[in-house]
Amino acid sequence: MLGRAANGVFWMSRYLERAENTARLIDVGFHLALTRGNRQSQDEEWKSVLTTTGMLEDYCAKHDDFGGTQVFNYLLRDRDNPGSVLSMIENARTNARVVRTSITNSVWETTNEGWMHLRDLLARPVRETNLGEVLREIRRTGTLVRGALEGTMLRNEVFNFARIGTFIERADNTARILDVKYYVLLPSAAWVGSSLDNVQWDTLLRSVAGNRAYSWLNAGSMDPRGIARFLILDGQFPRSLLFSYEKIRSNMAGLAKEYGHEVPAHELLREAGAKLHQTTIEDIFERGLHEFLQDFIGKTIEIGSAIAADYRFSE
Amino acid sequence: MSAESGTNFDEMLNADGTVRPAYAEYRQWFDNQDKGWLRRQDAEAERFFRRIGITFNVYGDDAAEERLIPFDMIPRIITAREWRKLTRGIEQRVRALNAFLQDLYHRQEIIRSGRLPIEALRNNEAFLSQMIGFTPPGGVYTHIVGIDLVRTGPDDFMVLEDNARTPSGVSYMLENRETMMAMFPELFTKIPVRPVSDYPRRLARSLRACAPPAYHSAKGGGGKNPVVAVLTPGIYNSAYFEHAFLADQMGAELVEGNDLRVVDGRVCMRTTTGYKAIDVIYRRVDDDYLDPLSFNPNSQLGVAGIFDVYRSGGVTIANAPGTGIADDKAIYSYMPEIVEFYTGEKPILQNVPTWRCSEADSLGYVLDNLADLVVKEVHGSGGYGMLIGPTSSKKEIADFELKLRAKPGNYIAQPTLSLSTCPIFTKEGLAPRHLDLRPFVLVSPDGIDITPGGLTRVALKKGSLVVNSSQGGGTKDSWVLDE
Repeated sequence: MLGRAANGVFWMSRYLERAENTARLIDVGFHLALTRGNRQSQDEEWKSVLTTTGMLEDYCAKHDDFGGTQVFNYLLRDRDNPGSVLSMIENARTNARVVRTSITNSVWETTNEGWMHLRDLLARPVRETNLGEVLREIRRTGTLVRGALEGTMLRNEVFNFARIGTFIERADNTARILDVKYYVLLPSAAWVGSSLDNVQWDTLLRSVAGNRAYSWLNAGSMDPRGIARFLILDGQFPRSLLFSYEKIRSNMAGLAKEYGHEVPAHELLREAGAKLHQTTIEDIFERGLHEFLQDFIGKTIEIGSAIAADYRFSE
Repeated sequence: MSAESGTNFDEMLNADGTVRPAYAEYRQWFDNQDKGWLRRQDAEAERFFRRIGITFNVYGDDAAEERLIPFDMIPRIITAREWRKLTRGIEQRVRALNAFLQDLYHRQEIIRSGRLPIEALRNNEAFLSQMIGFTPPGGVYTHIVGIDLVRTGPDDFMVLEDNARTPSGVSYMLENRETMMAMFPELFTKIPVRPVSDYPRRLARSLRACAPPAYHSAKGGGGKNPVVAVLTPGIYNSAYFEHAFLADQMGAELVEGNDLRVVDGRVCMRTTTGYKAIDVIYRRVDDDYLDPLSFNPNSQLGVAGIFDVYRSGGVTIANAPGTGIADDKAIYSYMPEIVEFYTGEKPILQNVPTWRCSEADSLGYVLDNLADLVVKEVHGSGGYGMLIGPTSSKKEIADFELKLRAKPGNYIAQPTLSLSTCPIFTKEGLAPRHLDLRPFVLVSPDGIDITPGGLTRVALKKGSLVVNSSQGGGTKDSWVLDE
């Protein structure tokens, strides 16, 4: 396949994944705002959503306060915000148009329909009353496109590049969410099961759609180390760092098999994967959670760039 | 029906309002349908087109980056007898066009014989001196041709324009049929309509039959199928949907200029595992943008060095560069002579009478009759830069006259034809609108292949003669009835 087409499916998947994760962050921010009476702590929550998505600085250049409606409209549909959900869905759809001949009609149509629908929904400012519907539609679009990929695509290079895009993005997003909130998982004088901590932890799990899964696995009891282990090292949770890397590894293996040879990115990925597998949650806390996450984010970027270079995404 | 249908030939109705035999079965079906249901089907068709993304872009129109070409559900029906005559005429004309191009870029017999003045070539940008003395693989210049036909009477089909560069619209021909079959399947069991759906396969076969010498001499060449790629300017081009559609249907790669480079005397595309040679490029990029080394040095759309590879037999370019000279509007006026010169036969299809404003007598006539004529720019396309006398204001005519006097050689003029009409489906019921027909013709060393039907373009405004999609025209499914 063309290098440009590989780039197209890779980024189509990344943008959809990122849009979905942004929607989830907004959802959590909104829920927290509802549960907190105090304006200042509401602001803090919205600020941390903006930090996680990397948009705090741009937002502050434009606005002076952190009113919820203003923040989520900025994240969802502001024309000046290149990282808005609307822009990302547009980017995903533009990439899908570029690679139309590589993807099935189902994949193209679900992407195109999702874009048409969201473009209409986001044509006017979003209010608190229809925020839920908008966020649901964003998640739905991601789910439908993944389903169409899963259900209609040949398991070939195109599919593998799409999946690699999804999981590179997901690994990055989960790590960033965790990094912004890592302090809530650190031992502190007041950590022993206060209700504030419980809410914080629950929020963290919610923002990666992991609250139910975690409760399921841990019979409802929460502890910060367990949560960190779950989000980083759990092999079953589809948004954990380890799971994402495992998926990237298997899709990269698919490429090596189809092409008959490996590229330097394979070696890079193997090293990083082995390191992650050998790490325990105790090691991570001993070294420092923040340092670990910063390293991980850096490594993921490095792997993404290596894949783009090795497979000739651009000239 | 409105009274206006009486003044010109209507495809569906006789002058006395009775239905012509070709439409009898269709009309009977139509009259039995619930009109509310038809309207809902109409809306459904639009949703379908949007969802699959059959859109075109209008240049210089930011607000509507992607628009739909309106689709009208009433088919245009051509009888087997009419089609037989049309195919004979089209085949003759396309043969002549290719012979003409071969001649122009070699011995120029037609000019030596005095049948075509040398002035028609001089300073004509469509004539590519780089093509002189070169014969494309298989001797084919125009692999894909679109012949625009208009009708003024029962037996009077005329050629309005030849499209010998990169004719577009074939994806609409195919999708219109798909849509009709999805919306009204029972019509196709009642009425024997000749299929069009194998066009992409025929196109692929036709292109592969023109593989370049390098393909045949390559190790193991001839064993594998020649590699075909569609070269598009990219997603912002007005016909991008069609480029992607055809590549997909043919199983060809869809490439852009920045995917390609010349490696070891071949044109190669950048794949995830390295550069891979292409044998046949179906380019949807204009000559001028094809190769920054040979043509427009600022082009970002083409491939540096592709023209040298072409001339040395490393790749086939379809259509060949330089074919634009054959569909130039100044050359068009000589088509009757051209057909006769190369085929030795009288043309089966007539030209629309044309005055060349470069000639003093004709210019005088045109200036005296501007209000009744259609004046076109020789190099214009898409209905831009033309004057339709009868529907223009005095001021528009006066403004146009200045342009015409300043550069008469830039213009030709034609009478306003009484184009045939066919009903379209409107809120008020059936209403006649003017239309044309663009059949698509494939040329390969194996012969000439014409898909039954083509693209019918229809003006949607009452009385309008302009059918171009860029000017608000729509399309219809075009049926050729089986014998």
